[in-house]
Amino acid sequence: MTVTAQPAGGRPEGALRRLAGLLHRRPRLRLTLLLAAPLLWLTVLYLGSLAALFVSAFWTTDSFTSQVVRVWSADNFHELFTTPVYRQVALRSVGVALAVTALCVVIAFPLAFYTARIAPPRRRPFLVVGILTPLWASYLVKVYAWRLILSQGGLADWLLRPLGLSGPGFGLTAAVLTLTYLWLPYMVLPVHTALERLPAALLDASADLGAGAWRTFRSVVVPLVLPSVAAGSVFTFSLSLGDYITVQIVGGKTQLIGNLVYSDIELNLPMAAALGTVPVVVIVLYLLAVRRTGALSSL
Amino acid sequence: MQLSRRARVALRVAAGLGFAVIYVPLLLVLVNSLNPDRSASWPPPGLTLHWWSVAWTNSGARAALWVSVKAGLGATAVALVLGTLIAFAVARHRFFGRDALSFVVVLPIALPGIVTGIALNSAFQAVLQPLGIGLGLFTVVVGHATFCVVVVFNNVAARLRRTSGSYEDAAADLGAHTFRAFADVTFPLVRSALFAGGLLAFALSFDEIVVTTFTAGPGIETLPVWIFGNMTRPQQAPVVNVVAAVLVLLSVIPVHAAQRLSADTATGSRV
Repeated sequence: MTVTAQPAGGRPEGALRRLAGLLHRRPRLRLTLLLAAPLLWLTVLYLGSLAALFVSAFWTTDSFTSQVVRVWSADNFHELFTTPVYRQVALRSVGVALAVTALCVVIAFPLAFYTARIAPPRRRPFLVVGILTPLWASYLVKVYAWRLILSQGGLADWLLRPLGLSGPGFGLTAAVLTLTYLWLPYMVLPVHTALERLPAALLDASADLGAGAWRTFRSVVVPLVLPSVAAGSVFTFSLSLGDYITVQIVGGKTQLIGNLVYSDIELNLPMAAALGTVPVVVIVLYLLAVRRTGALSSL
Repeated sequence: MQLSRRARVALRVAAGLGFAVIYVPLLLVLVNSLNPDRSASWPPPGLTLHWWSVAWTNSGARAALWVSVKAGLGATAVALVLGTLIAFAVARHRFFGRDALSFVVVLPIALPGIVTGIALNSAFQAVLQPLGIGLGLFTVVVGHATFCVVVVFNNVAARLRRTSGSYEDAAADLGAHTFRAFADVTFPLVRSALFAGGLLAFALSFDEIVVTTFTAGPGIETLPVWIFGNMTRPQQAPVVNVVAAVLVLLSVIPVHAAQRLSADTATGSRV
């Protein structure tokens, strides 16, 4: 039996069918068509811009006119490694990113343990939504909220006054607190998912073998949840490392690497580019290290 | 794991404190929008809706909101197309550099916004300026789309991984050509993932400030840029308070929408 599924319109449908047949027979052609536009965008536009920026890090600036001089030199990197201020700020930025990550882990564990294993199962989905919701609230509004809390006579001062203390005010502590608040959900969610998937049989086995709760936590729970912590830390670490807006709003006079980049853009773009390589290199190294733990595939 | 009663209570208290820390700042923003005073001292001397009516007529905030919506829609449209194309290529084909591609897609959101921002800014100045095209809304859309692609890609790729290609094969066996199979079989399967990805892309664009700062032309001000510019002006503080409160209230909408979609989009799909 021959099926002649030739609709009334005939011709355009036929052309479409021929094209479809061609694409079906030649998967390479199909792949090329699929990838042409995205590759053009991501490699030419995005990676190309990035590459051009990093090439410009090897150029210099005329100190009188602030014009970029296109002469190859490694002066910017030499300055980067030898100037104490740059080194200090770079180390401080990495320190802040690590501190934020550590704080997020410390806060996320009990929170996720409750939402994943202690809360009544019926209530768990709502708790997850409760953790997710702040992610959708504007970044800037959340930073602003902490500016309100930490400002003079604000909520922090009011809460601490009965204890004879006052809030930390704007500064490094404020920046760390705010960044922790911003990225906390990125840590809680993967830890929650990992704890939820933890087989109860493993915990029972551990208890049968005589381990107490603390021992089970250390020897069974932590190793199994660690890849998820690594996955969450990708966000808490890299998002903190590149931030300059939060520091501008609540950091007082504190400077992180992002602020240095920002302040150099107008007058010394090559130096800004050289400074910009610091977080990029650190983040790429961090990503590669985390990839070895297999955590990235679970993102 | 058998937890002692004490440990359970301790964890419950810790979780309660954790949720308090998450929500108190957001509630503070809501309450502060009713603060009649220009300073942020706590407790507020009273409550008033006066500043809400002032903010409603604030032309700067309104114009910025409109710019944000346009930029978000444009970036979402581009991200939907590019992200879906990459997702299909990665999920349905094997080719050299497939892993590298998945890595490059993530880069724009993993690298600091300031690096992406100045890289795009210099590139636009070098390429577009000679053509007589200045920075404007268009460049903002291009910048935003670059980092929005990843959320669409993640959502659609996750969906495609879960639905094997055998549906499309079955459609082909029944006589459907490639486009018909896509329209009748594949598209309905990925539709909700597309919607979730688009929602995330819009939210991401709507919230962005750093890349916007470097890609926006003169006079182009998105809502976050407007808030940032007015945050430290005591004169504007009450209006900023109201705008911030509105944004907190609006954030409930995407959560609700994402929740109504499938479970895989509700958890962990932001980035």
